[in-house]
Amino acid sequence: MKFGVVIFPGTWSDCDFHYVIGEVLHQPVRYVWHRDTDLSEYDCVILPGGFSYGDYLRAGAVAGRSPVVGALGDFVARGGLVLGSCNGFQILCEATLLPGALMRNECLQYRCQSTHVVVENAELPFTRGLRPGQVLKLPISHGEGKYYADLETLRHLKARSQIVFRYCTEAGEVTKEANPNGSVENIAGVVNEEGTVLGLMPHPERAAEAAVGGTDGLLLFHSLIGSLVEDGSFLKR
Amino acid sequence: MRARVVVRLKRGILDPQGSAVKRALEGLGYREVRDLRVGKLLELELDGAASAQARGRLEEMCRRLLANPVTEDFTVEIVEEGTRPNLP
Repeated sequence: MKFGVVIFPGTWSDCDFHYVIGEVLHQPVRYVWHRDTDLSEYDCVILPGGFSYGDYLRAGAVAGRSPVVGALGDFVARGGLVLGSCNGFQILCEATLLPGALMRNECLQYRCQSTHVVVENAELPFTRGLRPGQVLKLPISHGEGKYYADLETLRHLKARSQIVFRYCTEAGEVTKEANPNGSVENIAGVVNEEGTVLGLMPHPERAAEAAVGGTDGLLLFHSLIGSLVEDGSFLKR
Repeated sequence: MRARVVVRLKRGILDPQGSAVKRALEGLGYREVRDLRVGKLLELELDGAASAQARGRLEEMCRRLLANPVTEDFTVEIVEEGTRPNLP
């Protein structure tokens, strides 16, 4: 299995993802430039956090129309997995690969802090090493992370178990106080209908070593690697 | 040809930025402001003069990039060649 970490002008979590996948987990990983459209060698493409193209117009708007993101549709159709964190989540929504949108934090503050999220769907390639109700401690760092979707979209998301993470207290309670950005129903991460494209605002790559404050982020990577090996999904293409 | 696109948050979507600006105006003594919402103005200069076609293409630009259909509405206004956008 092989990971591709996309770099847009203004991406800042690319090195962190590359380091965690390559140095912490010892998996093959390469950088992918935003103009590249050939993703055939990858099993999982990562859209990292940052401020792609300066986040001009809207967060992720320009990146959402870039050549590499244009190629993601085919990549996903061929069985590829996509993980977007922070700006990557914003880009996936802008590209309509995920439903909804990320808006300016309700508090208007940039929030750089630790959060807890509770796992709602543990049957995805990204989460199958977790259990429903499990609480993860993951950092966030964003000014525009308020997830919004209209009522109809929310109904669809719930009916298909597409809400993967919600902000919660350390004990796992989904409360208003635990919601750092005003996201509708505390939503911190969603997946597409097929369960192959995950977007989340927290940074799993920044919670991958005890020395930097926690390792809960690794659980996502372990799930991903386990899924790719066990069900052979990386061989389907 | 010049055109002007205004992108606004959809009605009913909370605009914390607008609320903060409104509170700042109140702080300056402008207590008559009942509601304030922040939007975006985009001014475009276009090649070609056929405005009927241009409008269709501008609306397409809005749907594909300039506005996010999940959260925003837009209006397109063609400002004819030679005239300057007359901002309200």
